[in-house]
Amino acid sequence: MSDGFRIKGGRIDRAKPISFSFDGTVYRGYEGDTLASALLANGVHLMGRSFKYHRPRGVLAAGAEEPNALVTVTRGGGRSTPNLRATQVELYEGLQAESQNRFSSLGFDIGEINDLAGPLLGAGFYYKTFMQPKGAWAKLYEPLIRRAAGLGEAPRHPDPDHYANRFAHCDVLVAGGGPAGLAAALAAAQSGARVILADEQNEFGGSLLAETTATIDDQPAQDWVRATIAALNAMPHVTLLPRTTVFGYFQQNFLGLVERVTDHQAAPPSAVARERLWQVRAKEVVLATGAIERPLVFAGNDRPGVMLASAARIFCNRYGVLVGRRVILFTADDSAYAAALDLFRAGATIMAIADLRTNPTGPGVDAARAAKLPVMPGTVIIAAHGRLRADGVTLGAIGEDGAVRAAGDLPCDALLMAGGFTPTVHLFSQSRGKLTYDEARQMFIPGTSVQRERSAGGAKGTFALAAILAEGHAAGRDAAQKAGFTSEAHVAPQAKGDIPVAGGFVGAVPQPKGGVKGKAFVDFQNDVKATDIIAATQEGFRSIEHVKRYTTTGMATDQGKTSNMNALAIAADALDRPLPQVGLTTFRMPYTPVTFGSIAGHARGDLFDPVRQTPIHGWADEQGAAFENVGLWKRAWYFAKPGETMHEAVVRECMTVRRAAGLFDASTLGKIEVVGPDAAEFLNRLYTNPFSKLEVGRCRYGLMLNEAGFVMDDGVIGRLATDRFHVTMTTGGAPRVLAHMEDYLQTEFTDLKVWLTSTTEQWAVIAVQGPRARAIIAPLVEGIDLSAEAMPHMSVKTGTICGVETRLFRVSFTGELGFEINVPSDYGRAVWDAVWAEARKHDVCAYGTEAMHVLRAEKGYIIVGQDTDGTVTPADLGMEWAIGKSKPDFVGKRSLSRSDLVKPNRPQLVGLRTADPGFVPDMGAQIVPVANPAPGSSAQGFVSSSYDSAVLGRSIVMGLVAGGRARMAETVFITRLDGAAAPATIVEPIFYDPDGERLHG
Amino acid sequence: MLLIECPYCGPRPELEFRYGGEAHVARAADPATVDDEHWTAFLFWRGNPKGLHFERWRHASGCGRFFNCARDTVSDVIVKTYKAGEPKPDAARLMTGTTP
Repeated sequence: MSDGFRIKGGRIDRAKPISFSFDGTVYRGYEGDTLASALLANGVHLMGRSFKYHRPRGVLAAGAEEPNALVTVTRGGGRSTPNLRATQVELYEGLQAESQNRFSSLGFDIGEINDLAGPLLGAGFYYKTFMQPKGAWAKLYEPLIRRAAGLGEAPRHPDPDHYANRFAHCDVLVAGGGPAGLAAALAAAQSGARVILADEQNEFGGSLLAETTATIDDQPAQDWVRATIAALNAMPHVTLLPRTTVFGYFQQNFLGLVERVTDHQAAPPSAVARERLWQVRAKEVVLATGAIERPLVFAGNDRPGVMLASAARIFCNRYGVLVGRRVILFTADDSAYAAALDLFRAGATIMAIADLRTNPTGPGVDAARAAKLPVMPGTVIIAAHGRLRADGVTLGAIGEDGAVRAAGDLPCDALLMAGGFTPTVHLFSQSRGKLTYDEARQMFIPGTSVQRERSAGGAKGTFALAAILAEGHAAGRDAAQKAGFTSEAHVAPQAKGDIPVAGGFVGAVPQPKGGVKGKAFVDFQNDVKATDIIAATQEGFRSIEHVKRYTTTGMATDQGKTSNMNALAIAADALDRPLPQVGLTTFRMPYTPVTFGSIAGHARGDLFDPVRQTPIHGWADEQGAAFENVGLWKRAWYFAKPGETMHEAVVRECMTVRRAAGLFDASTLGKIEVVGPDAAEFLNRLYTNPFSKLEVGRCRYGLMLNEAGFVMDDGVIGRLATDRFHVTMTTGGAPRVLAHMEDYLQTEFTDLKVWLTSTTEQWAVIAVQGPRARAIIAPLVEGIDLSAEAMPHMSVKTGTICGVETRLFRVSFTGELGFEINVPSDYGRAVWDAVWAEARKHDVCAYGTEAMHVLRAEKGYIIVGQDTDGTVTPADLGMEWAIGKSKPDFVGKRSLSRSDLVKPNRPQLVGLRTADPGFVPDMGAQIVPVANPAPGSSAQGFVSSSYDSAVLGRSIVMGLVAGGRARMAETVFITRLDGAAAPATIVEPIFYDPDGERLHG
Repeated sequence: MLLIECPYCGPRPELEFRYGGEAHVARAADPATVDDEHWTAFLFWRGNPKGLHFERWRHASGCGRFFNCARDTVSDVIVKTYKAGEPKPDAARLMTGTTP
């Protein structure tokens, strides 16, 4: 196709033609084009289908506010980005874009039937229509609606690109690089402040990039932009970030920026991040985010070819594209005349300038009249016609009585709307600043600041170029001064010759009596019509927040950029209340959509979460261990031999430990070194057990409660010296326990002289468990008498193993004779290898966490967090023996006598002997009084631990059962997913070697 | 992300801190002498004010110290941080200076 609508001029590079495709058709554009400008140059206005009615839609705007022209760009390798605004997609060679929300092609969309069914699809349609029959929603309606609704399609493959993340600090952050932002950045930088200037477009300059008549400091505006950028670039303390959207304004001047690094490149280098998330802490902020032109609300205002006047001017002046040859303007604002004049000079025929105002005046109007353009004061567009492209309008004359009368039809191929501008206050609003309503100009502008920011230019409702530059300059100086930089005497840039925004209109434009056939849209992206908003008010919605949710106006990615004020004005009119009293909806972060990739950054795949590995991890990996995640740790789960199932491996590992011995990597065990003259007293207060009289070289089990009396952790505590304890705790609980200890040490027991050090990763721990344990380690240990007399169960000695210093514990979590060898982590693997070599002489194996769980459950040893749930007391566990009765106080002691903690029917830990020894209940299964409890009746408890015990040849089960400790020998039932609940007898929770004879071998 | 002034280390990003609940809730020197009602209040009753809230934070990924903080729950502005053990500042005097 030919790009017949391309004209002279603009900022595109004609030496660099680009071919691209849209819906499979190949077109030509130039470097500097956007997808929208290149398509318009080829005469293509139809770029999308609307959300609800599937109406043909063309481009409305030229920037981030575009609601209609949403496209999906694919670029191979699974890269597919939906919902991009064609007005922001920079053209590159080979770009492939597809339109969205169509059911066959853009030109013929079967969904357009919704447009004819329009009367049924008004506000609240979903809520009203799909209520009956019951059950049909989930089965029938929802799947259909999901298929028909939604914008774009999520990518199906993992994102092959990578994303970077940067933190930055600056003195002054300037959001927006139009005239106000450039003046502000320049003034702040000249004061010596570190400045970051961010703009969402590929070039700085904002509205000046389409300016034709204005001069700044006696040079054409675009020359001033070039000189200013050059000056900023030359200053090392200035960071210029084009293609960077400031999307969120958070607490304490913390702002989120996303920089699109490679999306505009035909062949992005694979080493470069696609996008970069900037998290910036700015001392001061200047918001120079500009303003967005409003559409006018009349029938057919969404036809392809109907667009904003400012957009048509940008396409004409910046991109060298004529949006139509026979152009009608519909305006309430002087600035539209600048568009009319520019398009006229570029060769378009201006068919009419319909001005809502009865007596428009100003430099634009004067210039248009001088050029003999057909200015028609007091005129409205009653309706625009055409389906796939606007082809004409019906004009209406506003009489002296205010009534509108039809005044004939006019043909056209483009219709430009100019309803005035809405300041872009999204970031100001996100900063929690309070907006003020400017009654005379019908706009919300920044009022009271909450954070250290100030607005300038269009964002503040300032529209004359000279005033914008003065305001930007002053804002930049003020920001730099407040950040501590004394400004030198630079003067603000001086401007003249522009045709500023003046006037505007909010709400639905006047109509002839009896109304008009056709839909008048307020929110183009969400397909919300003026009548929907009126309907919402008639159905009782009073607050704009409710109107918004009922009609969906201002929602989704658009966030009401073009629609907010018109919706509000229509609602205010329908409710007959002043506009500011109806309120303004919240502007939500992000300003424009942000990719998940940029938020995730490098935190994906292997880098999603840190992984903790023990020094012995590599050995287990070499042995083919399966690993399980415990917190961030990778723990060896079981060591299956070739051909073995997990169950077979666990059975073998358990039996080997009971018969001979097993090696277990216990390095993940949490460890805290408690040191100081008051260390014993500190442990007395933090654990239920007494520690004052614990001899050096001996260990004691410790049970830790929170202040409410509930078990929060447990572990073995060894005394190495009168003032030094080696405290162990659950793998997952270590950080929590340290924080708990520090809390009491720092804030309650401040009289105690104690120092706490986390030593979890300083020690590798090799557990050797089983009848042969002593024989295995004996040849390697020096300086420690391992005999049962010298080193009984629950003792700790220091010495060396393989020449490495060790803290050797005689402890057991299996019920067998056992040692836990602590060596410095750096020696963990070497000592493990030596112990393993010795162990192999005894026909033993390594075992994983699954076997460890079975072995401990056979002995009835609890696991905090599995057999407890944060509401379990020592008495509930039958562990009153762990409480030091003579201690005056410990954390949780007072709470143990609370009435709720002593009542009889509390869930208590018991063993459950299933009638069928082969029945291994699901953990979490409910415990009920009868085999078939009535639906809705309460359970009496649940299964907390359940395993198949090879050594016992049957299942072993523990659970928390209401009043269980007093219900020994009673029969209860355990639910199962594959049938009726099965019977089990309540027993003591200890199944193997109840007298502990094996422990003391 | 809040910027929090650790009384020991200076301003640091919120990521380095852990919240520690309401401040100035003292544990009785001898809990055995506290009746059920007062003990329940100590355990479970916490303020939820609209406005100035005195709360504990811990510089968990820094010095590890607990400290106290006066934060305006309406604006989320941290008005003052101070070391644990220092007296509770006067609320009325603090609130006059919340807006920067």
